[in-house]
Amino acid sequence: MKWIDFEKPKTVEDAVKLLSDSGGNARPMAGGTDLIVQLRVGDPRVNADVVVDIKSIPELNELSYSSSKGLTIGAAVECYKIYGDANVNSHFSALNDSATLIGGTQIQGRASFGGNLCNAAPSGDSIPNMIAHGAVATIAGPSGTREVPVEDICTGPRQTLIGDDELLVSINFPSNGSGFGANYIRFIPRNEMDIAVAGVGASVTIEDGKFTSAKVSLASVAPTPLLVKEAGESLVGETVSEEAIQNAANLAKAAAKPISDMRGTADYRKHLCDVLTRRALNTAVERAQGAS
Amino acid sequence: MGQSVTVPITISVNGKQHSAEVEPRLLLAQFLRETLSMTGTHIGCDTTSCGACTVIIDGSSAKSCTVLAVQANGAEVTTVEGLADGDTLHPIQEGFWEKHGLQCGFCTPGMMMSAVALLNDNPEPSEEEIRHGLAGNVCRCTGYHNIVLAVQYAADKMKS
Ligand SMILES: Cc1cc2nc3c(=O)[nH]c(=O)nc-3n(C[C@H](O)[C@H](O)[C@H](O)COP(=O)(O)OP(=O)(O)OC[C@H]3O[C@@H](n4cnc5c(N)ncnc54)[C@H](O)[C@@H]3O)c2cc1C
Ligand code: FES
Ligand code: FES
Repeated sequence: MKWIDFEKPKTVEDAVKLLSDSGGNARPMAGGTDLIVQLRVGDPRVNADVVVDIKSIPELNELSYSSSKGLTIGAAVECYKIYGDANVNSHFSALNDSATLIGGTQIQGRASFGGNLCNAAPSGDSIPNMIAHGAVATIAGPSGTREVPVEDICTGPRQTLIGDDELLVSINFPSNGSGFGANYIRFIPRNEMDIAVAGVGASVTIEDGKFTSAKVSLASVAPTPLLVKEAGESLVGETVSEEAIQNAANLAKAAAKPISDMRGTADYRKHLCDVLTRRALNTAVERAQGAS
Repeated sequence: MGQSVTVPITISVNGKQHSAEVEPRLLLAQFLRETLSMTGTHIGCDTTSCGACTVIIDGSSAKSCTVLAVQANGAEVTTVEGLADGDTLHPIQEGFWEKHGLQCGFCTPGMMMSAVALLNDNPEPSEEEIRHGLAGNVCRCTGYHNIVLAVQYAADKMKS
């Protein structure tokens, strides 16, 4: 591995200063499960002379819930803390679909949703799930903080709108009422440890047998994780039924813009979007009805 | 940014404190193997895929080839060398012995550390839970069957 300098700031301000002072040559590091692998193989897209370990910054380790503010997950919180958290388990249990899926136990002890989002892989398994939950990211930079919906963060494969001098601080999930359910599923050719051929995050809210809100988001079928607005909107106001869900799945399939690669052809991935959207919505509906 | 700045670290390995001045790029696996000459932790791949380097850091299993030694500063690390108590094997070591959980043995230190972390969290895992818990460890020899038996042996032994 090439030489790196190592910094471990204790405040958001110090981290932002280190990032902006380095003129684009510093990278934040949460768990390092993407960053260290990329540095080891000399990935030309990772130009880091300085690694800024963000794990000592209190805001980035926050994991808190209140009914008014919803759930806040600091950018460095590891997957195992997410699936071990009582509030996540009682109010946002579908996030565990992603937290228990990423990389096996050794990775889950270190990897964060924040790193998954900032790494911006089209296949990032937490991203469609966060999008389906309506999550909003808080980003700190030299001129203050800004809030950006998660679906707007990724701009291309491994590219985000987070600047070189900015830091993702936390991700906020608005409270969901009774009648809410969500799910993330992916398709991989084996049972564990693989990269999604396609993945779908879905959420629904159901009142009196009708959808009052719904979101569908796709992984691995476009240059970035994708929010398919029209699929969710098509459900709102509809009675819960196989036809309504199939219609949303058709819209998700139509919105997918996959490529063919060693993991699957574009046609196959489109087909998966149909099947997985249906399954994710059905599970979300079951969970919504179980919860209410 | 000044180059060539080494960092002082102190890591507890199997209960013993080790202090050193390290390059930030030094991997924890290299620190264990090269700085401390503890070669029980193996390195099998370049890509965080195989799990041979698995150690336990502050109670969680981790692939030590993907942790910088500086990240483990102040942490408590357990390696395969820390399992046995003198001449008395740890139940997981006994399980691998009794159930033929290894052939070449290359994956074994990492397998055992993942298994110990699994059993700490879940003392009575089902076969499926064992397979899921060891998903980050690759074995080219055994076909996993006897590894599962070895973990079940250890679970039974640790219960009694
Ligand atoms: C064996 C293995 C299996 C894996 N399996 C999966 C899988 O199944 N699904 C999946 O989605 N991923 C998987 N991954 C990829 C990786 O583990 C995840 O993307 C993980 O969530 C990254 O989190 P991290 O905290 O380790 O990020 P890091 O490696 O620390 O960071 C990732 C990127 O984000 C940037 N970054 C981190 N934090 C911030 C911040 N606060 N602000 C700005 N930028 C930041 C870093 O500079 C880096 O570019 C796997 C990786 C390995 C090694
Ligand atoms: S050597 Fe660490 S995972 Fe292979
Ligand atoms: S025993 Fe040879 S790799 Fe597992």
